[in-house]
Amino acid sequence: MADVLVNAPKTAKRGAVVEIKALILHPMETGFRPGPNGRIIPRNIIERFTATWNDAEIFSMDMSPAISANPFVSFFAVAAESGVVRLRWTGDEGFVVEEQVAIAVE
Amino acid sequence: MTALRFGIGLAIVFAASYAFAQGMADKGGADKRRSGYRDMGEALQKMQDDDTANPGMLFVQLGSQSWAKAAGAAGKSCADCHGAAATSMKGVAARYPAFPKGADTAVDLEGRINLCRTANQQAEKLPPESRELLALAAYVARQSRGMPIAPPADPRLAPLRAQGAAIWAVRQGQLNLSCVICHDDNAGKKLAGVTIPQAHPTGYPIYRLEWQTLGSLKRRLRNCLVGIRAEAYAYDAPEYVMLGLFLMDRAKGMIVESPGVRP
Repeated sequence: MADVLVNAPKTAKRGAVVEIKALILHPMETGFRPGPNGRIIPRNIIERFTATWNDAEIFSMDMSPAISANPFVSFFAVAAESGVVRLRWTGDEGFVVEEQVAIAVE
Repeated sequence: MTALRFGIGLAIVFAASYAFAQGMADKGGADKRRSGYRDMGEALQKMQDDDTANPGMLFVQLGSQSWAKAAGAAGKSCADCHGAAATSMKGVAARYPAFPKGADTAVDLEGRINLCRTANQQAEKLPPESRELLALAAYVARQSRGMPIAPPADPRLAPLRAQGAAIWAVRQGQLNLSCVICHDDNAGKKLAGVTIPQAHPTGYPIYRLEWQTLGSLKRRLRNCLVGIRAEAYAYDAPEYVMLGLFLMDRAKGMIVESPGVRP
């Protein structure tokens, strides 16, 4: 189960720089820690985060085991045209979460 | 003439600022209590204040989903009895621990949620520190944000509160420390580079960066007990409720911040 909090402006002036913030619930298990039985807990992290604005990529990042649980990502984009920003997290154990926000550019 | 006017103006300004400073000093002098929030860095304060950056809000969101979901043999959800949490749960976290109606022991917020589960929903108790229990507690506590802590004036609570105060004051563990030694006598000083907080339970359940998850006051108390190398009470021990009662009374009037963020 994944849960996401996204903070993006609903409207923006054309050409303005807008900040998009995204927080996701994820354990980001490093794969280096032993569990209660002494065995290593298998790695379970988000590997990649991408953001597209009307299907054109505006931001992407690879995540590593050193990133804390519930990673928070903030990035900037230029508001060129009204559209949908799609955020996508993919990771170990078939983890895929998608979230979208609409931004109206005037 | 102008000079005179200027002089009078200056005098008024000085008098006003003096009165203002006095007011500030009085305020600071009367209440020396500080929430741990004020000892955090600016970045963490911003993290707590921004609902889309505060990781505790992820759990609040989960809690709002659990609130509406039917559970147990009775097939009832929290919302079926309590309606909208924004009105029915307002102020609840500011007054717990308390004696729920018909109960013979005082319980904390998490205990109250489990009582509701077993008695009304006929469901299993949620395990301590489980994600669902913390999420529900965070969702309920969120409804009291901004309200002053107001422990109930129930006479049955007084002896328990006194027992809590006694636990607070007693030395325990291999390090032979009491809560008082750090959190009353040496609060504000440094312990291994960290400011010792006054330990006011203003933001529970808190998202602690060290834990990388949400945790209850119980977990925080266990943390301190292990820190002084004492044996932590069992998860269902009444000592946590007693300490909670004492701490909430000590923080009476302080503002609820739940869900708080702490380093």
